[in-house]
Amino acid sequence: MNTATVTKPAETGAPVVRRRARSRRHMLGRIGLYALAILITLFMLLPIYLIAVSAFSPQAKIYTFPKALIPHRSDLSTATFSFFIHSTGVPQSVRNSIVVGLGTLLLSTLIGAPAGLALARFFFRGRGAFQLFILSTRAFPGVILAIPLVVTFIRWNLYDKLLGVILVHTAFTLPTTILVMSSIFVSIPRDLEEAALTLGCTPFAAFWRIMLPLSLPGMAAVAIFTFVASWNEVFAATILTVKNRTLPAQVLASLNSSQLPYKFAGGFALVIPSLVFIFFMRRYLFNMWGRVVR
Amino acid sequence: MRDQVAAGERAIAAPARRARRARKGGTTTAPYLLLVPAALFLAIFFVWPMVQALLLSVRGEHGGFTTANFHRMTGDTYFWPAVRYTLLFIVVILPCQLALALAMALLLQADLKGKGFFLYIWAIPLAISDLASGIVWLAIFSPNGFLNSILHGLGLEENPFPFLTLEHPVSRFLCIVIAETWRATSLVMIILLAGIQVIPKDYAEAAEVFGATAWQRLRYVTLPLLRPSLQVALILRTLAAFQVFAIILALVGRTVPVLAEEAYNWSAVLTNNYIAAAYAVVILVVSIAVTIVYLRALRVRDEQQGL
Amino acid sequence: MAEINIQTVRKTFIGSKQPAVNDIDLTVANSEFMVLLGPSGCGKTTLLRMIAGLEYPDSGSILIGGRDVTDLPPRSRGIAMVFQSYAVFPHMTVYDNIAFGLRMHHASKSEISRKVERAADLLQLTPYLKRFSAQLSGGQRQRVAVARAIVMEPSVLLMDEPLSNLDALLRLNFRSELKKLVQEIKTTTIYVTHDQVEALSLGDRIAVMRDGEIVQCGTPMEIYSNPATEFIGGFIGNPPMNFLHGLLQRQNGRARVTVGDHVLEAPTTLAAHDGATVIVGIRAENIQAALQSVPDALAARAEVIEPVGSHMLITAVVGDQRVKVLTRADFPVETNGSLWLQPEWDKLRWFDPETHREIAAK
Repeated sequence: MNTATVTKPAETGAPVVRRRARSRRHMLGRIGLYALAILITLFMLLPIYLIAVSAFSPQAKIYTFPKALIPHRSDLSTATFSFFIHSTGVPQSVRNSIVVGLGTLLLSTLIGAPAGLALARFFFRGRGAFQLFILSTRAFPGVILAIPLVVTFIRWNLYDKLLGVILVHTAFTLPTTILVMSSIFVSIPRDLEEAALTLGCTPFAAFWRIMLPLSLPGMAAVAIFTFVASWNEVFAATILTVKNRTLPAQVLASLNSSQLPYKFAGGFALVIPSLVFIFFMRRYLFNMWGRVVR
Repeated sequence: MRDQVAAGERAIAAPARRARRARKGGTTTAPYLLLVPAALFLAIFFVWPMVQALLLSVRGEHGGFTTANFHRMTGDTYFWPAVRYTLLFIVVILPCQLALALAMALLLQADLKGKGFFLYIWAIPLAISDLASGIVWLAIFSPNGFLNSILHGLGLEENPFPFLTLEHPVSRFLCIVIAETWRATSLVMIILLAGIQVIPKDYAEAAEVFGATAWQRLRYVTLPLLRPSLQVALILRTLAAFQVFAIILALVGRTVPVLAEEAYNWSAVLTNNYIAAAYAVVILVVSIAVTIVYLRALRVRDEQQGL
Repeated sequence: MAEINIQTVRKTFIGSKQPAVNDIDLTVANSEFMVLLGPSGCGKTTLLRMIAGLEYPDSGSILIGGRDVTDLPPRSRGIAMVFQSYAVFPHMTVYDNIAFGLRMHHASKSEISRKVERAADLLQLTPYLKRFSAQLSGGQRQRVAVARAIVMEPSVLLMDEPLSNLDALLRLNFRSELKKLVQEIKTTTIYVTHDQVEALSLGDRIAVMRDGEIVQCGTPMEIYSNPATEFIGGFIGNPPMNFLHGLLQRQNGRARVTVGDHVLEAPTTLAAHDGATVIVGIRAENIQAALQSVPDALAARAEVIEPVGSHMLITAVVGDQRVKVLTRADFPVETNGSLWLQPEWDKLRWFDPETHREIAAK
């Protein structure tokens, strides 16, 4: 890429001219790179912009053709979005999605953090096996968990209950939570904890005063990740519920019967958290995903 | 503090030994205590459902073991098209994603100004679900959507072209490919970027000193060293591809069947969990088979991995 | 302040066959500065961590001030420790770092601020009390780590390679500062290092460790001039002690060792080893070099000449063996020039080539 950063001294000829030719080629290359980057940015950004425009166009406008890429101010209204957000079942489903997301986040962290700590700080028989088990869960399609659980949950009286959805979502996110938590704990030097022990802390106090505060930013990142994963999950949420739909389940279940304005507004509502998520996670993208995907 | 310590009595050997044994027991049970909740939870809500899916797929509605569910599944009009489409999507989408993601990752490594901005924008689809992505692209590909509006505005067509209808299987297929590439490339990019960043710059610089061109450095230095990351990306995306369905449902409905979509349909719409479980087992078996094939075919020798 | 008694302490890590610490006995006197010196993997850090309570021995006991602390957690031992990585808590200010231990022991607010300010003053940290670890240099972090330990007024101060992460100049400065500080507070101190210069300059006594055992324990000068084994002679001192192989023969009741073409006089006590090969140890600065032939000197050739500023370091070849010699900086020798080497006879040390231990010479 940086082809011209090393400018070798030219042995013969006119070195200045040669360098100029070289740097011009370099310039063209850089322009090409920027053009490509901007093209990809447009590809990534344009769809988001267009769904936003669609969600904030009046219903009648959505069926017109051709549409303007940059709508006139008079063509923008919150009517479509507010129609969607007030449709039957939608307010409830937004609330359900938030409850399920927070529930999953809480349960996943409560169960996953201790397991992550065990993997990070202890050497014990079966450690390798457990780690392998956690990793291997990635090879199993999470989607299919929900199908047999329909039968089980009917028996356990968890069918069509938010708790049931929380449990399944936690099963999806738990392996990731454990692995990321473990890598967060590993990244905190053991010395800090030991220093606390020599300064008068009990093991619990050392965890509480040193490990916990230092791992909080990372934990927050995992929590947001968990919430978004739950917010986005649609397969299990749809087949495990009938009336207590989460937002994506509500949108999916009514795809066939709903009109375009409803779909577009719903699509935009589904996209909002991800925009917020990526904004807050910029710093953690590599640490998180780099580790999550390994 | 010293006084407190000095106040401590001389401990006698025997109780001390006992205490030591007790504490040693403590350090070995602590990690298990920490693991038990997670292990139990995964056993109940992950391992057991997997086993149950297997059981359910070979159970009849009135008990007993049967292969009837599988017969009914393979006899269904949607089954073979679903298998075909699922594989077709993987074969077409994966290379697109890998190529684009590699380009993106390399661009971000090229020290462009505003690369933080590029990274933020390019990462947005990471957190977008396949359902949302389907709807997003529906706004573009629908008959009076934005793509047709643009083509009309450029004078390339008079009337809107129905990209998503049965009569145009190729354009319909390509729309899904584009939508899915848009959604899932970001993840591949992050995996590759994480991989590129741990490759020491020395290698490329050494290659440059020996006169390698940019292309040669990519071909002979970066790509081979990136192999483990490419492998991870390939496996993860393939596994995920078997589970994608909502993006297709949102764009074209059931006219393009895939395996996960059929499983969803049998369970949620037709409320027949036996057939749904049979589909689940197919997805499960194919996923595991693919993982094994990939791991075999792309095996990275240990000495190569030691970056 | 307290005496430390280590009694046949043994520790084997899970999955390892060799014990990391093999039945070590060691007594550190009240207010003594004891250095544990050895190459990496010799068990010195493991021993220190067992004294701290961060590891527990498989057998044996550890007494601090006469009290058996073998099985007590670190917090009840009356120790304080300085870590190699400093281990300054990154989420606390310098003040809070130094105050941390006092707070854990429920000291009163006024006592805490009084003691913290004094420790900060002692280590010249007063201007930085409100800063966080990330805003400090490596040397300042090291001071925080030391302040945090001494503010506890521990009966035992433990230090694990505290200078190894500092750059050379800082290390030199802080070394003397540390020595002064420890002399002032008179705390019993155990200091782990792999750096023999640090060990020689800091310790009241040095315990040299290898393969989980203490090979020799004594004052720096004892260890330097009377190494108990060939290993210690080679490990301590720069350049390391020279070792020459020679054949010992008895003649008229006197012992003579033939090195190359030359014969060295050996103590008569060695006469019992008649006919055996022995190793002669001699330090580079205990060899007189001359350009002219001297009676009873070894003839040598100057193979490499390295001026090191204050001295000249000569690598000389005697027969087929190499000897390092330190001379005046202006010693007029040329590469491949002839040399006559005259060891100081009372500085010769004798080792058994089988056991590598010193042969009782006196």
